[in-house]
Amino acid sequence: MEEAFLLSVLTLDATLRVATPLVLASLAGLFAERSGIVDIGLEGKMLGSAFAAAAVAAVSGSAWLGLVAGIGVSIALALLHGFACITHRGNHVVSGVAINILTAGLTVMVGIAWFSRGGQTPALPDGARFTAIVWPGAQALAGIPVFGTLYKELLSGHNILVYVAFLAVPLTWWVVYRTRFGLRLRAVGEHPEAVDSAGISVAGLRYRAMICCGVLCGIAGAYLSTAQNAGFGRDMTAGQGYIALAALIFGKWRPVPAMLACLLFGFLDAIAARLQGVELPMIGAIPVQFIQALPYVLTVVLLAGFIGKAVAPRAIGEPYVKER
Amino acid sequence: MKRMLIAAGLAFVMASGAAGAAEIKPAVVFDMGGKFDKSFNEGIYNGLEKFRKETGIAYREFEVTNETQREQALRRMAQRGSDPVIAVGFAQAPALEKVAREFPDTRFTIIDMVVDLPNVQSVVFKEHEGSFLVGVAAAMASKTGKVGFVGGMDIPLIRKFACGYEQGVLYANPDAEIFQNMTGTTPSAWNNPTKGGELARSQFDRGADVVYAAAGGTGIGVYQAAKDSGKLAIGVDSNQNYLHPGTMLTSMTKRVDVAAYNTFKTALDGTWKPGIQVLGLAEDGVGWALDEHNRDLVSAAMKAKVEQARTDIIAGKIKVHDYMADNTCNY
Repeated sequence: MEEAFLLSVLTLDATLRVATPLVLASLAGLFAERSGIVDIGLEGKMLGSAFAAAAVAAVSGSAWLGLVAGIGVSIALALLHGFACITHRGNHVVSGVAINILTAGLTVMVGIAWFSRGGQTPALPDGARFTAIVWPGAQALAGIPVFGTLYKELLSGHNILVYVAFLAVPLTWWVVYRTRFGLRLRAVGEHPEAVDSAGISVAGLRYRAMICCGVLCGIAGAYLSTAQNAGFGRDMTAGQGYIALAALIFGKWRPVPAMLACLLFGFLDAIAARLQGVELPMIGAIPVQFIQALPYVLTVVLLAGFIGKAVAPRAIGEPYVKER
Repeated sequence: MKRMLIAAGLAFVMASGAAGAAEIKPAVVFDMGGKFDKSFNEGIYNGLEKFRKETGIAYREFEVTNETQREQALRRMAQRGSDPVIAVGFAQAPALEKVAREFPDTRFTIIDMVVDLPNVQSVVFKEHEGSFLVGVAAAMASKTGKVGFVGGMDIPLIRKFACGYEQGVLYANPDAEIFQNMTGTTPSAWNNPTKGGELARSQFDRGADVVYAAAGGTGIGVYQAAKDSGKLAIGVDSNQNYLHPGTMLTSMTKRVDVAAYNTFKTALDGTWKPGIQVLGLAEDGVGWALDEHNRDLVSAAMKAKVEQARTDIIAGKIKVHDYMADNTCNY
């Protein structure tokens, strides 16, 4: 019994680890999409940031400098996307896909030129990574049943970016629903004409939204390469940007539901790793393929049956033209 | 006049010497993990670099980054007159089968798979024997009696590693428990360290304290996770002990570097032969790595037991079941 409890707590612990980059990226997508910009380029921004963070951390030996570099690259890519979509009224999907392809190639190319390791960055020593933070008293409290286990295994022992990700959720909620910037942000995604006639710059607001998006994506990328792993590898985001986007739509473009969707994806991933090869009573061993398809099957079922219609911000994907 | 003759003679000698050295135009097509996967492809790369340094003969190379490129890459190499051409990895077999028929005069070597054509040399390894040895080491190093295995793509070849490992673990400790995870079912499973790390952690959560990864570039994440959690890991293909000294118990070495080196070398000597080569413990094609990075982790008893198993397998006293013989792991 106790062992089963410990195992399920550890599964939740893994869920938090896996969900962290998804949460950050879907919040990033939330800022962009709520302002009316379709952001399919989350993947590319994460990848670019993951590379920059690992490269700078490897050269400087500081994870924090790596984080700053990752955020910088991500903001630059977000502004590039903004420049194409806002200033030049380009197609948002095309520009986003272009960013994904650009970073997939550019990171490897720069990596080869810089480190001559086939696009990988050197493995980072512990000093150049975000390592686990053990909360005070974790060992002392571990003896207390239930609470001690929860405290030691679930709450304590993550790296700082995990906490940042989950603190970013209430912060995003507050910004989007309780500040003037948030009100305008939502308005510009629904009805840019109204915002414009109130004398507020649509382009300016959308650029600011893209900067928020860049910061969050940058943290997500840095998490991948300097916290979860120890170095950058080719295509290391492995589609997580798209999953984050799906989670955002799943959560109907709202911060808390989007986070819950990310946690669900993370949980299914963690469960999948643990169910593989386990003999279940009555059923027997489950094939690997089924386990790996499970998160996607569940997504389809949940989307079709339980969540209901997801309505996007009304002006999403439409370039704003002041005078026709 | 005399001086001119000498100069002409020298030039002739040099020209013919150069022609002799350029007799072969070797090429290699790496597979999805990439030549810096620190494992399988990198082993081949190291063997080829050794050849290049020794002979000064450069080779053409290509790193496949998506599945459709394999056939094109092999065909381009053959079209440009490269000979011999090494196809790295089991996944290139269907592509090679086509291309080798189109270029019957080009010599091909495929590593890790059999392609039965008159101009193809196939080099395969008895991974189950090497995996048996590291299984013995894992069982002896484990304090919990639980060990893990993380595979790359779910294919019979990787099941062969897993099956040999399982047999070795149970040989040394019949009560041991083994957790197995495959990273995925597509070639991207060779290059997903994040997932590898999570799989390893899931096994540590269940009590495993030694994990063996046969997963190409994905293994990097497994070894990192072992280091972060203070557990032991076992490398594969190349000697990976140096990656994290102190937590790398050993590596199952598969001498793909020797196979790759020999392909070019024998082609240069003119002794290259088509057909199937099977390299096992007896041929030193597979083995376990003991060096300065893991000496402190390997106890005398462990070393003795592994070496004993090695001799017994070579002598035929221990029969290690080959998963690929009947696609099951019943032994």
